[in-house]
Amino acid sequence: MISLSHICKEYRVATRSEGMKAALKSFFKREYISVEALKDISFDIKRGEIVGYIGPNGAGKSTTVKILCGVLVPTSGNCSVLGLVPWENRLKHVSHIGVVFGQRSQLLWDIPVIDSFSLLKDIYRVDELSYKENLEELSYVFGLEEYLSIPVRQLSLGQRMRCEIAASMLHNPQILFLDEPTIGLDAVSQIAVRNYIRRINKEKDVTVLLTTHDMGDVEALAERVMLIGKGQILYDGSFSSMKSRYDTVNLITIEYDPTMHLKQPEHTALVSNENGRAILSVDTSKTAASSVIGQLSSSLWVKDISVQSRPIEEIIAEIYEEYEI
Amino acid sequence: MKLYMKYVFLLLKSQMQYMSSFIMMVISQFFTPFALLAGIYFLFERFGSIGGYSMFEVFLCYSIIGMCFSIATCFARGFDVFANMIRTGSFDRILVRPRSTVLQILGGNLDLKRVGHFIHSILLLVIAIMQAPIDWSITKGIVLFNMIVSGTLIFSAVYLLQATAAFWTTEALEVANIFTHGIKEHASYPLDIFPKWITVFFTFIIPFGTVNYLPLEFILDRTEGSPLIYLLIPFAGGLFILPCLMFWQFGIKKYTSTGS
Repeated sequence: MISLSHICKEYRVATRSEGMKAALKSFFKREYISVEALKDISFDIKRGEIVGYIGPNGAGKSTTVKILCGVLVPTSGNCSVLGLVPWENRLKHVSHIGVVFGQRSQLLWDIPVIDSFSLLKDIYRVDELSYKENLEELSYVFGLEEYLSIPVRQLSLGQRMRCEIAASMLHNPQILFLDEPTIGLDAVSQIAVRNYIRRINKEKDVTVLLTTHDMGDVEALAERVMLIGKGQILYDGSFSSMKSRYDTVNLITIEYDPTMHLKQPEHTALVSNENGRAILSVDTSKTAASSVIGQLSSSLWVKDISVQSRPIEEIIAEIYEEYEI
Repeated sequence: MKLYMKYVFLLLKSQMQYMSSFIMMVISQFFTPFALLAGIYFLFERFGSIGGYSMFEVFLCYSIIGMCFSIATCFARGFDVFANMIRTGSFDRILVRPRSTVLQILGGNLDLKRVGHFIHSILLLVIAIMQAPIDWSITKGIVLFNMIVSGTLIFSAVYLLQATAAFWTTEALEVANIFTHGIKEHASYPLDIFPKWITVFFTFIIPFGTVNYLPLEFILDRTEGSPLIYLLIPFAGGLFILPCLMFWQFGIKKYTSTGS
């Protein structure tokens, strides 16, 4: 469905030193340095997949998405989306895709949502019948009925984001590019938006490429993750195996009778221990958390016990560090 | 065209959300040009005529260009603010929609307050037509109409050029702005009151001469020869927009191959 092979993209960036004189000089003659934004990127995405595309700022995520949308032409490499080369048949290509930029609205600010929708209907030449059907279905799925007649500027961010995603689905695209769809949303709206994305993926069989910094999005939605750093794909595979590969430390918190002595099991490190409350970190590559719990509860009178894996953000930060990106 | 009308309808609807502010803007657009007009009036008061043109003859030229300028600024507003669209990335949004970029940019922006300036220009045109010593004929009426249509096209083309420049630099746009408004000031007067090189520039480079000076001479009966030439001359100027559109397409190519 989407296939990229050996895509490279080089930018020429104008350099300029400070000061009025340099500004004037740059007007006539510029010096450029070239920056490799993408170095030999290849991947395939199958129909109906949800793929999380993650990486630090400036890693090349949005460059990749722009190439897939036909907005940018790569320096070299091949790309085919739904059988078309995006930048060669841009107008034809973009009528089959939907794009949501989390930070930029596609709705008209001062007028009701429904007016923006009907403009999009004309832009994408959606016929009356399928527009009506789609609108009905989407407003049911997204619970939009009550918002449709409200001007966009009066909607909350969460309500607006739902309308944004619905707006990009009006022309029945087969692929949806979502760029940070949950940025700035509160927890409830975040979960709602994730549910909508999952539903359109399931019910309409839409392929989704999701760029995000929010690991919660990836964890909730994407079975497959691609990690990009410094213009290269560093990891491409399932989210759970990425997590287990790096998630080698669990934290165990126990509360025990403080008159007893805590004997530290093997392959653990004591993080803190006072007043009958101890936190132990467990190296899960050497021993299982359950065996540590077994040892602890056989030697102590344990009041309460809990196991935590490390927050996913920490794991990602460690991966970024490991690859020096 | 249907899509464009939809755009216009929705923009009107947005504008109506701020009705009183809109009315104030229109009124200010109507009255501001009077200050300039007073300047011209006092000039003629003192000198009687400039370069052989009487005051109402200059008003004729002035009001036609004012009309072209206000129509173009109203409808080609999107190109005037285009540098911002590149900076904020909204141009990318336009590129991911399956319609022509020009249509989307024109449709996405209207500067409706220019209605004030437009009404001002019509009023002035009516006064100039009544006061200037001209033998009106149908041919002259058509020439006048052609002047307005083609002049609007040329102003739009200048805005388009300014927008296209944004593909290369977003820094030098204030300079471009001086350029567009400077052109308007020059074009508001019959060209032969300026030095020769300015006349040449405005006839062959940016062809305003074809919509004010040359046909104006015809309307004022200062020419000889077939009126057909003067009927067609404004259109020749209007064709100026074609190379500008090609340049625009070239700019988009450059944008998609290098990014912003």
